[in-house]
This record gives sequence, structure tokens and C-alpha cells, in this order.
Amino acid sequence: MTGPRQRRAGMVRSHAVIDGDAVPSRSTLDEATLLIADPRQPVAGLGAHAQRAMALCRPGVLSVAEVAHHLRLPGAVVKAIVTGLSRSGHLTTRAPYAPTAGQYDLEFLQQVLDALHKL
Amino acid sequence: MPSTNSDRYVPATARPVKIVVLGPFAVGKTTFIGTVSEIRPMHTEEQLTRAGQLVDDLDDLRDKSTTTVAMDFGRLTLTPDIVLYLFGAPGQQRFGGMVRCLMDGALGGLVLADTRRLDQSFPAIDLLEEAGLPYTVAINHFAGSPLHREADLREALALPDDRSLVSMDARELGSAKQGLIALVTAIITQSRLEPAR
Repeated sequence: MTGPRQRRAGMVRSHAVIDGDAVPSRSTLDEATLLIADPRQPVAGLGAHAQRAMALCRPGVLSVAEVAHHLRLPGAVVKAIVTGLSRSGHLTTRAPYAPTAGQYDLEFLQQVLDALHKL
Repeated sequence: MPSTNSDRYVPATARPVKIVVLGPFAVGKTTFIGTVSEIRPMHTEEQLTRAGQLVDDLDDLRDKSTTTVAMDFGRLTLTPDIVLYLFGAPGQQRFGGMVRCLMDGALGGLVLADTRRLDQSFPAIDLLEEAGLPYTVAINHFAGSPLHREADLREALALPDDRSLVSMDARELGSAKQGLIALVTAIITQSRLEPAR
């Protein structure tokens, strides 16, 4: 659904437009969302873009943005493809870390910090 | 697994952490991302389409979109469980819609600033303040740019005391990473000060 802020700006993400279903998916797909392919799912019958996305994701884990880069497709198009592939069970998604109800996981952030110091 | 695959892919157990890198044109966002990233910085296009417009299929999308904004991004695997994604975006107000979308899901923002034109980083700071997203201002030090006392820089940027400010050289990893360290440190510190935000 279009929030007040987006309405004011007059813009929404393209995939929100493509996605005409009643179940909104925009909150779960981010440019940094990681995609994990299920190798047991057959790719025959998928669209050409979806097949290319699966071919890219089957050997390992990548983000939405990387898939967009490698397939030379706009981010919004990849989000639409990924939405379809996650509904059909071809891909599972892992969203970027975010605080839960404003509460940060301090142990996790400390791991991030320690790793940055070691770089 | 061939090395090309391990270069290309992230560990299967990794949790992504997204950080946005904002600032004016030519302030060093792409340089910063290139320095920190383990992969050659990548490029994607985000399209903003007018609300209510009907798009029948994917091929139509290209033609009907009204704004295309290019953005650079990079990746840094910190541990098998943590992978950072850095997204660079223009901080100008006219890209506000795109930047607001990009800030969704981000842990925080890094605002790059040049002491010769600090005012050009104001819009990026405003966007982050408006979003309520933690951020750090990182002065990218250019050869020949004047050095200032931190208090003067804070005043010039109208930067609240609880926002961190660092100076760095975006070309060197050891220096550039200080921006990220300051950001994560600030989030941890702030979280401890006000545990139930």
C-alpha cells in the first residue's frame, strides 16, 4: 500500500506497482536481502528472467542487488522476479539485520564492530 | 568450489547488514565503497515509478518508469555470519524519494562530507534525521582541503552532540573503516543509553 510519505513524493517502488496481489511483499524484499535457492525445485517452466536468476543463485548465496547487477536488470524488476520465485518456493530470502521494536541486538553489533577493528 | 564462486558468493550462513553511504557529487562515495568492498563495486539502477500507474509486464516497466537513479554498491564479508552491504546514493534533496526507499532496512548511514563544501552534505543529514536512522558524518580528507577543529566542524554542520563525526581518507581501508567503526560504536552507545527506545 502507498504510505503518506510516498504519496507526497508521488513515487513508489516499481515492484510495488507490479505486485498487484492483496498480500504486500515490499516490506520483506530489500536490495540487501540475501537469496537462497532450493536446488530441489525444478526450473523448467519458469520465465526466462526467472531461469537466469535461478542459474545465478543455485551455486551460492547472493543479494537482490548483486543479482540485478549480474543480470543487468533494474532492481525493481529483480524484486518482482524474486517475489515470484519465493512464493513458488524456489528461493528463500534473508532480510538485512534490523532492530526488533527499536531494540538492537548488542551482541550482534559487537561482533560487527570487532570484525571491523580486525580488518 | 572454484575460487570464482567463493569470490562471487557470500557464506550461506551470513546475515546481511545494510549501510547507506550518502553525500554530494564527487565527495568520494564510490571511492569509499571501492576501498571497503571485497568485490569490484557494482552498479544497479533503481527506478521510481509514478504511483497508480499500471504496469502489465516486466518489459513495459522500463518504458513507463519516470526516474532512473544509478547507485553503486559494495560488499564486505566480515565473518561467516555477517556480510556488510554498502549502498552509495546521491544525498541531494531531489533524489529524496529514492534515498528514503534505500534507507528502509538499513542499520545506519554514513554521510561523507568535504570541508570545502560542508553545506552540500546538509540534505543527506536531513534525510537521515527525518528517517530517524542512526548516522555518522565522515569528513573525507582531500589533499589541500583545510583542517578544522572538530567543534568548528560540528557547528558548521549543525551536528547534534549525539551524532558522531570522524575524519578519514576514503582511499585507504585502515582509514575508511573508521567511518563504519564510528557508526556501529555510536549505535551501540546510544542503545545502551536508552535501552527502551
